[in-house]
Amino acid sequence: MKRHVLHPLWLAIGVIAAILIARQFMVPDDFGINGSSFTYGFYRLGDIQDWKNFPVKYEGRDYCANCHKDNYRSIRRSPHKHVQCENCHGPARGHPAEIAKLPINMDRSLCLRCHANLDYGNTARAEMPSIVDHRHHRRQQCAECHNPHDPRERFR
Amino acid sequence: MSCSRRDFLKEAVGGTLASVLPIGAYVMLSSEEARAAVANAKVRWAFLVDATKCIGCGMCVKACKNENEIPYDAPVTRTWVERYVVTKDGEVHVDSPMGGRDGFTDPKVGGEEIDPDDIEKAYFLPKLCNQCSNPPCVQVCPVGATFQTDDGVVLIDRTWCIGCGYCIMACPYGVRFFHPVTKTADKCTFCYHRITKGLKPACVDACAFDARMIANLKDPDDPVTKRILTERVAVLKDEYGTKPNVFYIGLDASVR
Repeated sequence: MKRHVLHPLWLAIGVIAAILIARQFMVPDDFGINGSSFTYGFYRLGDIQDWKNFPVKYEGRDYCANCHKDNYRSIRRSPHKHVQCENCHGPARGHPAEIAKLPINMDRSLCLRCHANLDYGNTARAEMPSIVDHRHHRRQQCAECHNPHDPRERFR
Repeated sequence: MSCSRRDFLKEAVGGTLASVLPIGAYVMLSSEEARAAVANAKVRWAFLVDATKCIGCGMCVKACKNENEIPYDAPVTRTWVERYVVTKDGEVHVDSPMGGRDGFTDPKVGGEEIDPDDIEKAYFLPKLCNQCSNPPCVQVCPVGATFQTDDGVVLIDRTWCIGCGYCIMACPYGVRFFHPVTKTADKCTFCYHRITKGLKPACVDACAFDARMIANLKDPDDPVTKRILTERVAVLKDEYGTKPNVFYIGLDASVR
């Protein structure tokens, strides 16, 4: 073969060899066909553990009950019994060790998520006790009159 | 062309043998091997949404964003709630402001005033990754960064994803998005870090109306699995053949 053909050929082979050698070092050992098929199971096995190690932020109401027994009991007896503490107070991860106090959100917008009146007769939304925002004590926070931990107890 | 009887027989026997030979390449599997080949996991995660119970408070979206570290004010989310308002003229009005993160409090749909007397029906519909049995998003990944686990959840390897966006376009449900911080594709994982620890996904815990439920389809005693098997459920875009694993009770034909 002529030199002008051979030279680029050797160069191309060299580049391919370099890539294959680099690949040996750069691709982790657990990368490959790990699942049931190549189509859906071609991946790095360690990633499953990486996702399992992702930190949990929402601890659930039973975690809150460890200390806040009174609030836990009162809300469990109220119509708000299905609402998780963390829905309003935010995720409890790191509380109380790192975050001393979780936010107490008194904003109307929090209550209006469920209690703003929407005229959708055929949905469960229509059965919610609701207000029309601009017609119901617009300048006050809901919690000034209604106890969010037991909304039956009005005008406290 | 001439062909003696001898040659003809020789060719015929030879040809038959040659065509039968490749069958020998098939391996007889023992029953354990066969079971392993079709994944012998004891868990197959699925999800049930009771759309008749959703009131559009958006607590699920808020919890999901906090739990999974999705930038709170960026217009991306792993789960979202859509509002459908069908008017008497047959038109379908849909909106989902910020994915329904702050709930639905405004009677205007997408800024459009709708006369309450004109409404024929209205409902809220939560959406999330369907964790398809035939996920098209996984098929298109050019680098092997997204895959299906043995328990049926489709995950994305953040260290491996190059952010090309093929999977985002391949998903017929639009559940994938580009994560603005990690610069990779991102999507709902059914809160894989929670379900593998025995917890429920953050959105399921946050739902005060039991509209969202997680199930293990391989456990016949799972109460949610029983509901999926016995109640009238539907899936989104069945015609795509993706075999979604998020089942809906009360799914309307006007859903897109």
